[in-house]
Amino acid sequence: MPAVSKGDGMRGLAVFISDIRNCKSKEAEIKRINKELANIRSKFKGDKALDGYSKKKYVCKLLFIFLLGHDIDFGHMEAVNLLSSNKYTEKQIGYLFISVLVNSNSELIRLINNAIKNDLSSRNPTFMCLALHCIANVGSREMAEAFAGEIPRILVAGDTMDSVKQSAALCLLRLYKASPDLVLMGEWTSRVVHLLNDQHMGVVTAAISLITCLSSKNPDEFKTCVSLAVSRLSRIVSSASTDLQDYTYYFVPAPWLSCKLLRLLQCYPPPEDGAVKGRLVECLETILNKAQEPPKSKKVQHSNAKNAILFEAISLIIHYDSEPNLLVRACNQLGQFLQHRETNLRYLALESMCTLASSEFSHEAVKTHIETVINALKTERDVSVRQRAADLLYAMCDRSNAKQIVAEMLSYLETADYSIREEMVLKVAILAEKYAVDYSWYVDTILNLIRIAGDYVSEEVWYRVIQIVINRDDVQGYAAKTVFEALQAPACHENMVKVGGYILGEFGNLIAGDPRSSPLVQFNLLHSKFHLCSVPTRALLLSAYIKFINLFPETKATIQEVLRSDSQIRNSDVELQQRAVEYLKLSSIASTDVLATVLEEMPPFPERESSILAKLKKKKGPGAVSVELEDGKERGELNGGGDRGGDAAIAASNASTPSPSADLLGLRSTAPASGATPSAGSLLVDVFSEAGPSATSAGVNDDGFLRFVCKNNGVLFENQLLQIGIKSEYRQNLGRMYLFYGNKTSVQFVSFNTTVSCPGELFRSTKTVEPLVEGGAQVQQVINIECLTDFIDAPLLNIKFRYGGALQNISLKLPVTINKFFQPTEMAAADFFQRWKQLSQPQQEAQKIFKASHGMDTEVLKAKLLGLGTALLENVDPNPENYVCAGVIQTKAQQVGCLLRLEPNAQAQMYRLTLRSSKDTVSQRVCDLLAEQF
Amino acid sequence: MIKAILIFNNHGKPRLSKFYEHYSEDTEQQIIRETFHLVSKRDENVCNFLEGGMLIGGSENKLIYRHYATLYFVFCVDSSESGLGILDLIQVFVETLDKCFENVCELDLIFHVDKVHNILAEMVMGGMVLETNMNEIITQVDAQNKMEKSEAGIAGAPARAVSAVKNMNLPEMPRNINIGDISIKVPNLPSFK
Repeated sequence: MPAVSKGDGMRGLAVFISDIRNCKSKEAEIKRINKELANIRSKFKGDKALDGYSKKKYVCKLLFIFLLGHDIDFGHMEAVNLLSSNKYTEKQIGYLFISVLVNSNSELIRLINNAIKNDLSSRNPTFMCLALHCIANVGSREMAEAFAGEIPRILVAGDTMDSVKQSAALCLLRLYKASPDLVLMGEWTSRVVHLLNDQHMGVVTAAISLITCLSSKNPDEFKTCVSLAVSRLSRIVSSASTDLQDYTYYFVPAPWLSCKLLRLLQCYPPPEDGAVKGRLVECLETILNKAQEPPKSKKVQHSNAKNAILFEAISLIIHYDSEPNLLVRACNQLGQFLQHRETNLRYLALESMCTLASSEFSHEAVKTHIETVINALKTERDVSVRQRAADLLYAMCDRSNAKQIVAEMLSYLETADYSIREEMVLKVAILAEKYAVDYSWYVDTILNLIRIAGDYVSEEVWYRVIQIVINRDDVQGYAAKTVFEALQAPACHENMVKVGGYILGEFGNLIAGDPRSSPLVQFNLLHSKFHLCSVPTRALLLSAYIKFINLFPETKATIQEVLRSDSQIRNSDVELQQRAVEYLKLSSIASTDVLATVLEEMPPFPERESSILAKLKKKKGPGAVSVELEDGKERGELNGGGDRGGDAAIAASNASTPSPSADLLGLRSTAPASGATPSAGSLLVDVFSEAGPSATSAGVNDDGFLRFVCKNNGVLFENQLLQIGIKSEYRQNLGRMYLFYGNKTSVQFVSFNTTVSCPGELFRSTKTVEPLVEGGAQVQQVINIECLTDFIDAPLLNIKFRYGGALQNISLKLPVTINKFFQPTEMAAADFFQRWKQLSQPQQEAQKIFKASHGMDTEVLKAKLLGLGTALLENVDPNPENYVCAGVIQTKAQQVGCLLRLEPNAQAQMYRLTLRSSKDTVSQRVCDLLAEQF
Repeated sequence: MIKAILIFNNHGKPRLSKFYEHYSEDTEQQIIRETFHLVSKRDENVCNFLEGGMLIGGSENKLIYRHYATLYFVFCVDSSESGLGILDLIQVFVETLDKCFENVCELDLIFHVDKVHNILAEMVMGGMVLETNMNEIITQVDAQNKMEKSEAGIAGAPARAVSAVKNMNLPEMPRNINIGDISIKVPNLPSFK
């Protein structure tokens, strides 16, 4: 007898479904559905009370409509009413509707909870199961509050029916997952663990899920489950295929439960008790032995079930990683599966081997399968399997086989599925770097990568190759030569042009001796790609050109010609135009010495964790990358964004040697170069070494704010979605601040809106930004600031936007501080002391004694004091350890002269800071700000 | 944990969707579509596993599926589940449907969505497996049907009589007959809506 006879059921429902199925078009279907919805609505609203059957019929129709993808916004109340019916059919359909359609509508939940409470206390097992199902399906906090105390009691009560126990166990698990704080196991723990011994296999099946979850959260409290699980497993494994009757599945005794038991054991280290451990090892051996026995059935279900247990046993062996004998057997077994005709087994074997490869006992054993795995990568028809093969190659790679594996992965890339190319590229890049013995191989590999799969090479990858080339002088000549050759290809990828532009700009001189790659040939080659490139690449090329002028004076005329052409100097893109103009001027005004200083070779990058690894980790989720990583350092930018390459490069040389050319570049218009030095330098320091405060929580950024007291540029804020960079310049009592909002996601931000609120002492004008920020794009906002009189509170920046529907709201303090309006004042020692004495009234002085929170390095201190904006006066203080500074704060209302003295005490690691100025509030404020900086 | 169970036909029409984690209605529909696109473009005879679509958590989750005649049965699970175990579970589910509906076909799923949900509820609860023994599941479903029929009152009487007669001569319910390589029979119908 079929359990569901087809004749009965609801005729009205069948007719409706048939109607829908006969609809010829989507429009007709929607029309029919709307008609039905109207009908049901009127029936529900009508005066006549509906009988249970009709309610059930209509609710069923609503369910069907919902399945077709239409919103259902009514009927909930009727469903709740059905819950309190005494008829099973009505109650059941009510619960079904609620479990499919209700999530956590709080008003209804209260009514639903009432019905559930009645059913739980009904002692009717069917009703109890329905109620427990409903709790497990909705699992809201209100439900946990109402029932978390009741359900453990049902679970362990002696007179509870088995089917109810099963439901209660999983219901409790659901509540625990949703609201762990509300589910207090305490007194129930041991009785729950003992459910592993229950007579009824169904109860054990359900309970083991609960126990596994609880054990993984509180391993100590549930430790006793290990020995119980081992003995249960042992009984199953050693049973004959008929012992367990209905739980034998295609001649395999209780496969599901065996798998779950083996999973539970993976929450714990190997058992310490020798007897338990012996029994477990015996089980594992039996399972491995059974794999070699002839199958009891030819049905695929039989081998499936058997292998399900086998794979879990292997996982456990790998998890323990302590029994060399078992590990070898596991590895051999997986090796067999690698060549099995069942695709599923090949897939799972590759997956398991990935974890095995990280075990020190079996890494070598895994490596013996390299040919098979490479073959799988090349010949498998199924992309899922090829992907696992690539994962495994990555996991088994070490110094001995890196060249082979990288070569195979590269050749696979040429035909790889689009869906996995980006990941493959990252993996190749990481392996190439990690196992590079000679860096020429590394450079070859990455350039090949760009040639083969340029579109999938992310910025991190090509930034990284440049970082490495710059830091290793033994490879620079080779890199220049190789990149020069790669650029000869008639069509080469834009990423190749970027790398080429950068490397030739820095190291083109190393290959210029060869007439085939003379400076002009190099330049013409680069310039032949110029017109095909996007704006950021062109900007980078322009920077390369100015470096060429420095490296090869003979190219000056040609390059100036190019820069002077209308397509550069009148380019509609502001960035390109500005670069063309500035570089042209720089090349014509500056002397060769100056030029050489400005365009000095890039200093080496600080050694740090590869940003590519971080990217792969982000892509694959934690755990997928086996190498330990520091968190957060995801932005391995070379230049604070490739498009600003030239500026940063030049800023870097400014930092090392202040030169009059700083003016030309308009980086800082206040005259003294000393003021510009630390700030320009710290732009680099900030971008390179700190990578900004990554993933700062929203809220007001006191921390970020203070970092900008002594510098003007850097990353003000960064979280998962948004990065805000800042560049600012000040002259007298005026300031201009550029904010760069970078969308780090691939999704656009909508309703992007920023507001700046200033204290009364400041005046500001702001241009509004466009309300749309595309994924990956950066928008700029300019804020003009005028200091009317001295002030304490910083302006507040509030940013609002929608990302994927969710409103984001970020408030930041803008780093505008009173010291930004300092004008440095040089003066002789006598002058200084005279003025110091003049400012001798107590309120004119502010003093702080504080502990050093950073190192007391002289150069760093000097840089910070210069960054403050004052002039650092040498040979003034009789004690050479001390620092004195002087400056005038320019506000619209008045000028405030300000003198500073900083006395470090290296032994005590303390400072004494004294400020004197003609205005008490200024002394206090500057003192407070500066005290946070050391 | 099982995150979702989806059944759709060769054209992507959903026949059953059960999510054990909360998604908005729109997202649920998008997940069904995305999953259909991922699964349907795969050849026969490739493996039954693939990484989940972006919407349902990407590579954190696996899609494990079987294709029977006109229907795809797709389970989306996290890494705590055994892949082959879930394949067996799908098989148990389909065999159970086959017993309950007597040669189950797509139409049974369409016209008896509520029953299919009930059967599934006997196997999986809140994303975890409740019972894997087919006979146990069928016993529960049978018990529910009996209650249903008794509640149908007079109208249900003839059906009960018929089933009583049908069962009379059988000492035991035959089990394990004609399952194994189950294929859902499909009536010769035009394309399904």
